[in-house]
Amino acid sequence: MRKRSIVPIVYILFLMLPIYWLVTMSFKTTNEILGGFTPWPQSFTLDNYRKIFNDPTWYMGYVASIEYVAINTVLSVAVALPAAYAFSRYRFLGDKHMFFWLLTNRMAPAAVFALPFYQLYSAVGLFDTPWAVALSHTLFNIPLAVWILEGFMSGVPKELDETAYVDGYSFPRFFIKIFIPTIAAGIGVACFFCFMFSWVEMLLAKTLTAVAAKPIAALMTKTASTSGYELGLLAAAGTLTLIPGAVVIYFVRNYIAKGFALGRV
Amino acid sequence: MARILIDKLRHAYVQNPQKPEDYALKEMSLELADGGAYALLGPSGCGKTTLLNLISGLLHPTEGRILFDDTDVGQLTPEQRNIAQVFQFPVVYDTMTVYDNLAFPLKNRGVPAGEIDSRVREIAGMLDLGPTLNKRAAGLTADGKQKISLGRGLVRSDVNVIMFDEPLTVIDPHLKWVLRSKLKELHHRINRTMIYVTHDQTEALTFADRVVVMNLGEVVQVGTPVELFERPAHTFVGHFIGSPGMNALPCTVENGRPTFLGHAVPIPGEIRLPNDGGRLEIGIRPEFIKFSGLESGPTIAVEVTKVSDAGRFRIVETRAQEHRIRLLVPEGDPVPSGAAQLRFDPKHTHLYRDGWLVG
Amino acid sequence: MNKTVNQKAWFLVLPVFLFVAFNAIIPLMTVVNYSVQETFGNNIFSWSGVQWFQDTLQSDRFHASLGRQLMFTAIILAIEIPLGLAIALAMPRKGPWVSVCLVLMALPLLIPWNVVGSMWNVFALPEIGLMGRGLNALGFDFNYTRQPGDAWFTIVLMDVWHWTSLVVLLCYAGLVAIPNDYYQAAKIDGASAWAVFRFIQLPKLKRVLTIAILLRFMDSFMIYTEVQVLTGGGPGSSTTFLSIDLFKVALGQFDLGPAGAMSIIYFLIILAMSWVFYTLMMRNEAK
Repeated sequence: MRKRSIVPIVYILFLMLPIYWLVTMSFKTTNEILGGFTPWPQSFTLDNYRKIFNDPTWYMGYVASIEYVAINTVLSVAVALPAAYAFSRYRFLGDKHMFFWLLTNRMAPAAVFALPFYQLYSAVGLFDTPWAVALSHTLFNIPLAVWILEGFMSGVPKELDETAYVDGYSFPRFFIKIFIPTIAAGIGVACFFCFMFSWVEMLLAKTLTAVAAKPIAALMTKTASTSGYELGLLAAAGTLTLIPGAVVIYFVRNYIAKGFALGRV
Repeated sequence: MARILIDKLRHAYVQNPQKPEDYALKEMSLELADGGAYALLGPSGCGKTTLLNLISGLLHPTEGRILFDDTDVGQLTPEQRNIAQVFQFPVVYDTMTVYDNLAFPLKNRGVPAGEIDSRVREIAGMLDLGPTLNKRAAGLTADGKQKISLGRGLVRSDVNVIMFDEPLTVIDPHLKWVLRSKLKELHHRINRTMIYVTHDQTEALTFADRVVVMNLGEVVQVGTPVELFERPAHTFVGHFIGSPGMNALPCTVENGRPTFLGHAVPIPGEIRLPNDGGRLEIGIRPEFIKFSGLESGPTIAVEVTKVSDAGRFRIVETRAQEHRIRLLVPEGDPVPSGAAQLRFDPKHTHLYRDGWLVG
Repeated sequence: MNKTVNQKAWFLVLPVFLFVAFNAIIPLMTVVNYSVQETFGNNIFSWSGVQWFQDTLQSDRFHASLGRQLMFTAIILAIEIPLGLAIALAMPRKGPWVSVCLVLMALPLLIPWNVVGSMWNVFALPEIGLMGRGLNALGFDFNYTRQPGDAWFTIVLMDVWHWTSLVVLLCYAGLVAIPNDYYQAAKIDGASAWAVFRFIQLPKLKRVLTIAILLRFMDSFMIYTEVQVLTGGGPGSSTTFLSIDLFKVALGQFDLGPAGAMSIIYFLIILAMSWVFYTLMMRNEAK
C-alpha cells in the first residue's frame, strides 16, 4: 500500500509544477523574469495584481466571464431537465435519432462553428454580449447535460412517478416537488460540467466578443501581444483564473468521483 | 478437512480498544467439529459476519486464537487457510465462461489440466450447471450465479471449511427453497465442514446440525435446533427463534419456587441461583401453554384479548394483569372468550436471571 | 427499464431541440453554403459544386494536417488511457487523502484552455521556464520554438498534464463502484494481483473506459486553443492540427469555400469515428 502511493504523489507533483511556475512568476518583477532563471521570487512584488485590480478592463473581464458561465449553466440545465426526463421515461417517434443527434453536437469542433457563429450572433445583434457566448456554449453543454441527467434519472425507479400520479400529483408539481429533489446530485453534477466546459472554452468566447464582454482569460493573451512582453502581469492574470475552478472543485470534492462517472457506473 | 477451535477470540475494528464497547466481537470460545453443518444465526449487527470473516481470514483477530486442527491460523491469509466462501451477492467473473469460473481456483493453484477438467465436470453435475458450462457467466440469473460462487468453493477437494454469508439474500423466494435443499444434499455428499451465516431462523434451522446464536457481539447459545427450541439458554434465543417468540414473565422466587402473580410455577429442574438480586423471569413458549378447566393443578387467570388465525393454529393473546401472555391453540380446539385459565407445561417452563437460563 | 410510448414527450424535448437547432442547424447551413460556392468578396457568390471538396480531399496540406491530427490523437490516447488507469489503480480507496488527491487532480481540468497554453508556454521556455531551463541543464538541446520534435514533445506533455486526470477520475469512479466481495472472493480463489486486474477490475471498468476513450478522442481531435497559444502551429507547420489549419484558411486567408468544405469533412470524420464508438458501447450495454 505504501509503495503504491508513490504513483499518485509523483503524478500530483507533475501537475503542480507548471502551476507553481505560473504562480511564482506572478510575484516576480518583469526584470527578474527576463533577467534569468530564479526558482522563486527574489524581489517579491504584488505590482502585477495591483495593476489588474486597478484597471476596469481587467477586472470587468472577470465579471463578463462569470456572467456568461452562469447564464449558460442555468439555461443548459433548465432546458435539459424536461428533455432528459422524456428520454429516460418515454419512447417517442425518433427518440434514438434525436438523442444521437444531440450527442453529435458535443462532437462539433468549435473551430468549424466559430465563423458561422460570428455571423449569426452579429446578425441577431447579440455580438459582444454575455448572451452570445452563453448561447453558443449551449451547443455542447445542453447535449452534455441531457446525457448526464438521463443517466441519473434512469437510476430512479419508475414506481416513484407512478406513486406520485396515484397520489394525485400533476406532472409539473410532481416534477418540481418530488423528482427534482430526488435527482439533486445529478443536477449538481450537470451544473458542474456545464460550468467547467463553459469556463474553459475560449475559442468561441473570444470570437463572439470584442470589448464589453471579453472574458478574463482572453484578455490575458491579448495583453501578451499588445503591451509587449509583460510576463508577470500575464502570470498574475492566469493565476487569478485558477481560483474559480479551484473553488468549484472544493465545493464538489465529495461528489467528484461519482460525478465524473456521469451517473453511469 | 479440519476441526475448528476458537479460543478466547476477541475482535475490535478500532485501533487500541479500551472499553468493552469497542469490541465488535466479545470474548468467545467455540469448537466446530470436522464435517459438521453449522449456522451462525443472529440479527444484523450481532457480529456474525465478523466472526465469519475472522475464520475465513479476511480479518485478523485482535486477541485469541483460531486453530484448524492443531495449527494456529490467526495470522494466515484466506488462501493459506484453504477455505471457500460464498458471499451475499453472487460473485462471478463476468468475462469468463461458467467452466472457466469453476476452474479458476484450481488453475490459480497450479492443479494439472486433466484433474481440473474432471473436478469441474463433477461439480457442475452436482449443481446442475452442466448445460451452461460453455456460456458466459454474466448471462446467468442470480441463482445460477450463486451456484457458480458455490461451485468455486466446492471444486477444491482440499478445503478445510466452506462458508456462506447470507447466500440466499438475492435469490427469488421460490428458488430459495430449492437452493437450500441443494446445499443440504451437498453437505451429505461431500461431508465437509460448512458454516452458514444468516439472520433467517428458517434457513439456519433447516440447514444446520448445530446452530450458534449470536447477539450483541457474543455467542448466547450453541445447540441443535431442538435444544434451541426446547431449552433456550437466554431469553434472546427464546424471542429470536420461534414465531411467536417465547413469553418472558417477570417473577420472584419464594421458598425455592418461581412465583408469578402469587402463583407458584413448577419448573423441571433445580434452580441454580448463585446469589440474590438480578431480574428474574419465567420463560415459556406459546406452544407449551394450554387453556385449562378449574379442576386440575395450578393455573393462571387471564383475560383473552385477541385471537389471530395463522393457518394450522391460532395465536391467542391474553392478559394477566399488565402482563401479555401468548399461546398457540390448534385448529379446531375451542378458544374461550373473556376470562380464562392457563396452564403451563412444567417440563418446558424455565427460569431466567438477567436473561440467562438458571433453571 | 420498460419505457412507455408517449408522443407527447416531444413537448418536453422541444426546448432543447429549438436551442440546439438554432445553434447547430443555422451555422451548419452557412458552412454548407460556403462549401459549394465561389466568392470574390462583396457578397458575390457563384455555384462551384463539389469543387472545394475535391480540392480539399486532394490537397497535400489537408493530408498533412489530418496525418498530424491522427498521430497526435493516437499518441495521447496511448499515453493517457493506460497512465490514467494505472494512477486510478494506485490511488487510496478511502481516507482523508482521497479528497485531497481528487481536488488536486481535477484542478487542470478547470483552467481556461488559453491559460493552459500560456502556462506551458512560459513553463517550457528554454531560457526562463522551469522545464525548458531544466531540460537544457540536463544536457538536452531543448527549444520548442525552433525544433519540431521539441514542440511535439511539449504539446503531448501539456495534453497529458491537462487531461490524464479526466481518465483517472472516470476510472477511479468505476473502481470504487466494485463491491468489496469481488476482491474477497478473488483472495479466497487464490487469484494473483494480475488476475484480479484482468478478470475483475478491467471488465468492470469497460464502461467508464469507453466513455474516457470517446471523450478523449473527440476532444483531442478538436484541440485548438492550447496549441494555438503554445506554438501557433509551428515551428513551420509542424504542429498545425486540423482546427488550427481550418482557422488559418478561414480567417487568415479568408478562403471561405475551402474552409467550408474542410469544416464539413472534418466534422464528418469525427462523427463517423464517434459513431463507431457509440454503437460499440451500445452493443455492450445491450448484452
